Amino acid sequence: MGLSIIKPDSKIDFIGLRKITLVLSLVVLLLGVGSLVIEGGPKYGIDFSGGVLAQVRFDNAIEPQEIKDSLAQSHLKGLSVQRFGEENNEYLLRISSTGDLDKRLPEILKAEFGQNIPDNGFSIQRLDMVGPKVGADLRAAAIEALYFAVLLIAIYISGRFEQRWFTAGIMAAGLATGLYLLDLVGAPKQMQVLIAMLLTLGICWKLKLNYALGAVVALIHDVAITIGVLSLLGKEFDLTIVAALLTIVGYSLNDTIIVFDRIRENIFQRTAPTYGEVINKAVNQTLSRTLLTSGTTLLVLLSLFFFGGGIIHDFALTLLVGVLVGTYSSVFVASPVLFAFSPTEIPEPEVESHNHADGTV
Amino acid sequence: MREGLRWRLLIAVFVLMVGVVYALPSLPMIGNSPIKKFLPEEKVSLGLDLQGGIHLLLGVDVDKALSNNLSLMGQDIRAVARDEKIFILQPRVVQGEKLEFILLKSSQKEALDALLEKSFNRLAMESNLLDNNKVRYTLTYTPEYKKYVSDLTLDQAVKTIRNRVDEFGVAEPDIRKQQGYRIQVQLPGLSDTERAIKIIGKTAHLEFKMVREGVDPEKADKGIVPPGTEALKQLHRNPDGTYTESVIVVDKNVALTGDTITDARVAYDDFNKPYVIINFNSTGARRFEELTGASVGKRMAIVLDGKVYSAPVIQEKIRGGRGSISGSFTTEEAHDLAIVLRAGSLPAPVTILEERSVGPSLGQESIDQGVMATLVGGALVMLFMIIYYGFSGLIADFVLMMNIVLIMAGLAAFGATLTLPGIAGIILTLGMAVDANVIIFERIREELRRGLTPLKAVEEGFTSATLTIFDANVTTLLAAIILYQFGTGPIRGFAVTLSLGILASMFTAIFCARIVFNLWINGKPGRKLSI
Repeated sequence: MGLSIIKPDSKIDFIGLRKITLVLSLVVLLLGVGSLVIEGGPKYGIDFSGGVLAQVRFDNAIEPQEIKDSLAQSHLKGLSVQRFGEENNEYLLRISSTGDLDKRLPEILKAEFGQNIPDNGFSIQRLDMVGPKVGADLRAAAIEALYFAVLLIAIYISGRFEQRWFTAGIMAAGLATGLYLLDLVGAPKQMQVLIAMLLTLGICWKLKLNYALGAVVALIHDVAITIGVLSLLGKEFDLTIVAALLTIVGYSLNDTIIVFDRIRENIFQRTAPTYGEVINKAVNQTLSRTLLTSGTTLLVLLSLFFFGGGIIHDFALTLLVGVLVGTYSSVFVASPVLFAFSPTEIPEPEVESHNHADGTV
Repeated sequence: MREGLRWRLLIAVFVLMVGVVYALPSLPMIGNSPIKKFLPEEKVSLGLDLQGGIHLLLGVDVDKALSNNLSLMGQDIRAVARDEKIFILQPRVVQGEKLEFILLKSSQKEALDALLEKSFNRLAMESNLLDNNKVRYTLTYTPEYKKYVSDLTLDQAVKTIRNRVDEFGVAEPDIRKQQGYRIQVQLPGLSDTERAIKIIGKTAHLEFKMVREGVDPEKADKGIVPPGTEALKQLHRNPDGTYTESVIVVDKNVALTGDTITDARVAYDDFNKPYVIINFNSTGARRFEELTGASVGKRMAIVLDGKVYSAPVIQEKIRGGRGSISGSFTTEEAHDLAIVLRAGSLPAPVTILEERSVGPSLGQESIDQGVMATLVGGALVMLFMIIYYGFSGLIADFVLMMNIVLIMAGLAAFGATLTLPGIAGIILTLGMAVDANVIIFERIREELRRGLTPLKAVEEGFTSATLTIFDANVTTLLAAIILYQFGTGPIRGFAVTLSLGILASMFTAIFCARIVFNLWINGKPGRKLSI
């Protein structure tokens, strides 16, 4: 047999570590939230805030200050100049508003650069202009997408883990009604998503959908920490970042589902007397798989991060953080939450109509 | 069992062949070679972010069109009523949505009502008797008619823009209506954004108006003009390419509009300065002849989108329906003006709501970097699988390559667009696709440890892992579907490759890898597995 990173009979006490990991998660989470609070919310890129972004490549190296100085005459609103890539000749110029520009940015750049830095030619590699209306539309669409992701996945995991599709249906109906009412009273969309998540948690808890509860807590944990880390790193939120976050929403459950399946299987076979031991055993059994697939995914993401080029950089970074946090949470968050809400003794096997193919016969 | 294996092998080989056939044309060296006529025509098309180009989202000012339409109807009503000897005072549009006019004699109310009912019944009508024996009429849009006019405006705008883009000469443009009276325009391979925007965004509303002479320009500049006239700006081009503006006073009434233009071409005068020749259709030609015949010696202003380009003196009656617009343009400007005049005017002004353009060199760089990242990432994963799982890892690598072929084939067959995030999606699937293999292999290892024979362990591993793999992928697939719904352009590309990758990986890892394993152990049940 080939190599093994994890010994087949590993017996790490993950549940015993839960206090330490809880503190760790909380610290990272608080740092991220703190950063968001200090910054006054996430930093929106032009996709969401509206504005103009131009990627400008100069023939020769140039300092950002020189660019700013040469544009001083034009009084561009909220101009920021940021280096792009490794060399000193490519920059991202950003202006915050499109409204009061009576001339287009390329014309202004052509005129100002031509006059002030005539001996350094330039070309506009990329130009993105998003009007305020479209920015607002995209923001609404992004939040709606997040909301539907939470809703769909909440329904899927409550139905899937508990085999209680009817309960899941009730939950979905409850969520949808609640949000419809919120929409009627005109609550802002961001608030609606937040309430949707809390509602999902509440309903899972009330209906004793413990697996779903663990998975949703892990999911929120992953997304929240990823957003927090991005904010700590001073990254801007744009469409691609939202796409990456949505991917994390899907991917984060991947590991959790595998671990939870093992837990169910072990409970069904009564491989250990207590929930704590059963959960530990299941996490240990799946640990090498968890680490391996996250490892291969991290490998390709690192490749994307280093070789994929500047445009895709933040996208790769978000996925990197998300996959790392997602792997951690499926071991150290989802399972402990499940443990916390489970009785200590394993009850006599319930009559289960369902016979899963992944349960060894 | 063996019979079943043969069938499964046939299916897998067939799928792989179809995949290869569909994937091949997208490779540059195959797509341009003579073999291509034996292959399907579908190719993976590259998104604007990879091949360079311009994406525009235009908002059509439908309200303006609605208001214009009301104003035109007002003039029509007045003219038709006058034919019936019914006199109404100058109709006016209030707040862009109501048409108001006053009937001078209330005794004619019934006649006017009948006339309106007969010819203008698409508007909702209301009339109030005023104290001085006059009647005020207020006409408003019914919801259906409003929608009809709005939709028509959007359709016309799309048609006009399509005409202009075709005249401009762009390969494979994509112009489509979007919700909320918006138009999405995608122009692949185009790099001169400024010029494209000037051509697409210009309303090109051409009017001929008679110049009112002898008005004090300083007063006119402040907006003090005689009744029935208006002050417009006239453009003068300076030698250095900049423009200066002066004030010119013209009649408010339009003498002739550009609707009747059938053709417009660039020509050069004796000083080699470009100007635009326009041809009218028969109606336009007749009116142009009447107009010029009645106004010899006067100046006529040529007004485009509210700005006066030139105001030549009419030397003589112009017959034959040919006119010219001179206005000290550059050749390019004259050329572009001819394009927009030929393609027709937009029924309403458009504004650019969103614009994204990528230069061709950046697009190529993105492709290169994407390919590089894919190669490095793929190689790392493959190497890892071989080191970790030995010969079984090699099987995983084989189905991984099949996976990529299937993604490419899927992209080509469905006519999907490959974008930079789409490449990222492929790279991500490379990492995630081996997940299915890892789940199976780990399970087989476990079963082997429990003392099962290789054949049994493989059977057991695949059977018990199948649903787990399915489960693990469903949530990612759900997220991808939502992404597809939410995303535009590049993001959609990511959702597509991610979904295709997940589906392909389930097929290759569960179905195809199992066949290879079966072939490998078949007949030699005692063979030791390299896993």
